[in-house]
Amino acid sequence: MSSFDPKKIRNDFPTLNQTINGYPLVYLDSAATTQKPQCVIDATTQFYTSQNANVHRGRHTLSEQATTAYENVRTLVADYFKVTSNEIVWTKGATEAINLVAHGLRNTLTAADTILISPIEHHANIVPWQELAAQSGATLKTLPLNADATFDIAQCCEVIKRTKPALLAITHASNTLGNITDLAPLIASAKAVGALTLVDGAQGALHLRPDLKKLDCDFYVFSAHKMVGPTGLGGLYGRYTTLNALSPYQTGGEMIEKVTLTHSTYRNAPAKFEAGTPNIAGVLGFGAALEYLMKLDLQTLQQYEQQLFIYAASTLSKIDGISIYSNLKSNIGTLCFNYKNEHPYDLSTLLDNYGIAVRSGHHCTQPLMSHLNLNGSLRASFAFYNTTKDVDQFIAALKECIALLD
Amino acid sequence: MTNTYQLISSNIQKSTSWQQKYREIMLLGKTLPPLADILKTDDALVPGCESKVWMFVEFDLTENALVVIGDSDTRIVKGLLALILALYNGLTPEEVLAVNAYDEFEKLGLISHLSASRGNGVKAMVETIQTMAKQKAL
Ligand SMILES: Cc1ncc(COP(=O)(O)O)c(C=O)c1O
Repeated sequence: MSSFDPKKIRNDFPTLNQTINGYPLVYLDSAATTQKPQCVIDATTQFYTSQNANVHRGRHTLSEQATTAYENVRTLVADYFKVTSNEIVWTKGATEAINLVAHGLRNTLTAADTILISPIEHHANIVPWQELAAQSGATLKTLPLNADATFDIAQCCEVIKRTKPALLAITHASNTLGNITDLAPLIASAKAVGALTLVDGAQGALHLRPDLKKLDCDFYVFSAHKMVGPTGLGGLYGRYTTLNALSPYQTGGEMIEKVTLTHSTYRNAPAKFEAGTPNIAGVLGFGAALEYLMKLDLQTLQQYEQQLFIYAASTLSKIDGISIYSNLKSNIGTLCFNYKNEHPYDLSTLLDNYGIAVRSGHHCTQPLMSHLNLNGSLRASFAFYNTTKDVDQFIAALKECIALLD
Repeated sequence: MTNTYQLISSNIQKSTSWQQKYREIMLLGKTLPPLADILKTDDALVPGCESKVWMFVEFDLTENALVVIGDSDTRIVKGLLALILALYNGLTPEEVLAVNAYDEFEKLGLISHLSASRGNGVKAMVETIQTMAKQKAL
């Protein structure tokens, strides 16, 4: 791994270099949000220090420069996902991107239609579809799930064939378990029955860096803050004609072509979906994040993350009384677990005292939790800036915490 | 301030490590009598918390005193509830208003447990007690 030096990588992320409660920080909550490299922080600061201007609105130099820089990042995202830049819409996050599509389909779906989701989805990929179903009269159905929360893909394809949904919305990877969804056969089955497909890429976008033309979904949503970029920004990829056919989400400035006091006409996508002044600083910061990520060879990065994950999973599973719920065979690097019948809240609180940042709770996936018969769990989620030393500190602290409880 | 609370508080303050402090708190939780299942209703549940917290804050007219009972499904929060109960139980509304749980938690090095991000129900319990005391105070 010559091109990938974990120590060097780590130094790019200033937040990681601190002590929490007297212990070196071990950040294992990247599924909630990733830390930011210095270049992202610098790009955001530089925008406010020397480039600040509104975009698409001024003929003056600053505005033109800001507009160019801003639009360049759209191209960069398109390169990252191997799509075209007019297929990328800026939103404030994955949540808003899903809402945008759900809202955009209000006038398309009818009571005769079915929306198909899965039981492992984040609430952000459940509730907007419940709303759409309520608004349009469509029926919301879920894919079957094995007892261990993995999919029986053949059975799922069968269900897609049988239900003939108008839309299949499914996650690329579970935020709670880290399990990667085998999307290709599901998308193929959905296409075969004429269904639209939306993939929740909030977790997959960083770790899996998908080629969206190959993946062949109609929509893919992501959050910049989970891809080492700034908070308050995300995006929607939409296959152009399908995207452009959605009704607008919000209305106002920027998205219009012509306005009279009684009637307005809208511009084409992506402008049509970007009403108001956008998160310019966020976009420029995200540009730096994407440049940073694209300098890392995907294969090397994934190999490193997998090695780290396998190491963490194997050391964790050696602790007596630990139950792991994640599928270790196909995972982005997230461990979902509990210790005996102990409440995850107690363990995460004690771990925090050792400087270990993990999540506890239902992780915004209550249906998944009830499928697994759990009230909650602990979640340790890794990213490429974590090291085996992090794993060792985490496991050592966990053992101490367990000793405190026993 | 009740004698029970003063005893507990000095015990916690004597802890020489955070581990010992948490052990004390969890032991304290164990001394709290568990609520009967029949009382663990959704109405008694503090909404939106990761740790389940059931609480009842009542006012005993004859004694002119607040009666607080509670339970939690986590050890740490249960210990913190025990602390709150010891702090306020049996006080008159005026006495309750004179006791600031935030100051006490600060003294014990536990103030982060009353932060908004914990969402553990302890903060909600303190607020409910204070609101009740304000209504009943003369
Ligand atoms: C799988 C998944 N979907 C959707 C979201 C929502 O993302 P955001 O909160 O950035 O809009 C998240 C983030 O927690 C997630 O993990």
